[in-house]
Amino acid sequence: MAVMAWFKKERKPRTSQRARLEIPADAWEKCDRCGHIDLREKFEKSLNVCPECGRHRRFSAEEYIELLTDTGTWRELNAALRSADPLQFEHYVDRVASARKKAGEADAIFTGAARVDGLPFNLGVMNFRFMGGSMGSVVGEKIARLARRSLEKKIPLVLVSTSGGARMQEGVLSLMQMAKTSAAIAALRNAGIPYISILTDPTTGGVSASFAMQGDVILAEPGAVIGFAGQRVIKQTIGQDLPEGFQTAEFLLEHGQIDDVVPRGSLKETTARLLRHMQGQRPHHMESVEQLA
Amino acid sequence: MASAYTLEFEKPLQELERQIEELRRLQTERQIDVDGEVAALQQKLDTLKGEIYSKLTPMQRVTVARHPRRPYSLDYLSTIFTDFIELHGDRLFMDDPAIVGGWARLAGVSVMVIGHQKGRDTKENLKRNFGMPHPEGYRKALRLMQLAARFGAPVITLIDTPGAYPGLGAEERGQSEALARNILEMSALETPIVTCVIGEGGSGGALALGVADRVLMLENSVYSVITPEGCAAILWKDASQRERAAAALKITAEDLLRLKVIDEIIPEPLGGAHQDPDATGERLREALIRHVTELRKIRPEKLVRRRAEKYAAMGTFVES
Repeated sequence: MAVMAWFKKERKPRTSQRARLEIPADAWEKCDRCGHIDLREKFEKSLNVCPECGRHRRFSAEEYIELLTDTGTWRELNAALRSADPLQFEHYVDRVASARKKAGEADAIFTGAARVDGLPFNLGVMNFRFMGGSMGSVVGEKIARLARRSLEKKIPLVLVSTSGGARMQEGVLSLMQMAKTSAAIAALRNAGIPYISILTDPTTGGVSASFAMQGDVILAEPGAVIGFAGQRVIKQTIGQDLPEGFQTAEFLLEHGQIDDVVPRGSLKETTARLLRHMQGQRPHHMESVEQLA
Repeated sequence: MASAYTLEFEKPLQELERQIEELRRLQTERQIDVDGEVAALQQKLDTLKGEIYSKLTPMQRVTVARHPRRPYSLDYLSTIFTDFIELHGDRLFMDDPAIVGGWARLAGVSVMVIGHQKGRDTKENLKRNFGMPHPEGYRKALRLMQLAARFGAPVITLIDTPGAYPGLGAEERGQSEALARNILEMSALETPIVTCVIGEGGSGGALALGVADRVLMLENSVYSVITPEGCAAILWKDASQRERAAAALKITAEDLLRLKVIDEIIPEPLGGAHQDPDATGERLREALIRHVTELRKIRPEKLVRRRAEKYAAMGTFVES
């Protein structure tokens, strides 16, 4: 009896301080890849990248703007463009209306002028929450105008893509936005104005088959799915399962399709450094660089 | 005329065609004069055909555009062009038989002709991948366009594809990049480009040969951002709603002329291009000569500027 008593646990009432903090259940988030559970605040602080496995979860368009621009420099442009319904496609007007309620007035892309590490640049960030980031006439026009602004002001262009592709409800007019945006990018190329394309999850269809793959430099976030055809369509066509990691940013890097995979936390710095290289400017911190005579 | 290739909506024509054939058989077998009866039936047939073809639904037009007897790029290359020399390969990976191209002459003028190529039978379709190109096909096309531009020759492209191929190898070798590059390069290519959709204009896989100074469509061809089947599957989770999708997507030549996406419709013979490939070819040839002649008078820089302006104006939106 006496021996057993040694093993007997002294029972303290289980009211630890942690429990008394009363963290609401919805303050927790779980990583969908590794299952890691952490405070939402923790995820947010790490740019919605899982602190455990590095999985890049979706980031909103507004968050990318904040991430890539110097504080207080962002000025939105062409925010008043709205989708029309050129084909009178059934329910399109309603779908656009509910998308605007859910994802804002800007349609599937925000465009504007800002600075990155002090450098003036034009930035477009697609908004996946707006009808899957689909490209219709408004997206095409906003990109074309932004590229034209880059041409006129001779400042570089950066586009952050996320899109399922062309917007079906505007039919072949959506398809023509691929030509329209491409022609605008071609003009930049001929004028020697740098264009950096940043691919985020997912970038497919008409967007990947136009401006997204036309960057002077193409960067992608880790794990982002990037490709022309959707995985379901490919599976159906070839009648077999797709290999592990197919169409991820790493897959594209390995196959020579993109310049680099860059973690979210380094996107701003990488963008600024690339722009300085392409504009023949010296790096921000001169002490780190050897000077050529 | 009646065959395994008769389309659903052509069934009412079958009986009349059978009767005409029967009379003709009698004529040869028994030396009976049936010219009068045949002429009457033929007239009836033409009237009915005219009625049917004037009221085709968009989805019925899709079936005409996909008709297995419809003339393909190589058919036009052997009938309306002369002196054709096919050029192969992208110089990087392989030759893609889903796209054909090479030097040819149009009314004596050297041009570069590039087109999607479908197969006529199973064997040829396997070779040509049902007209669905891989990246190397698009890269070959671009190589030939740039070759043409270097020697000041106009480019003529013929569009007829269900779409760029959605497969493993195509993705590995950069289908998106190949399409994106062609679209960009075509927008700035310093030589005249005339495109005609001769059958199916399937999305990005069509546009990657279709950025041009003039875009023409044969009357029964279609041009779409997605197949009606694909659209129906996504929007209504039901591919059998393709009739509804085909109508909603506005994919006929008439629709696209109204939307100012194309410049001209080339009429087809009654019953579709496959009923009279030579007559179709003649009309296509006439239109191509007319457009190429006009465009050759314009300086290349001006041509490119106008092309960019034309695409810059495409799209419909509201600015509040």
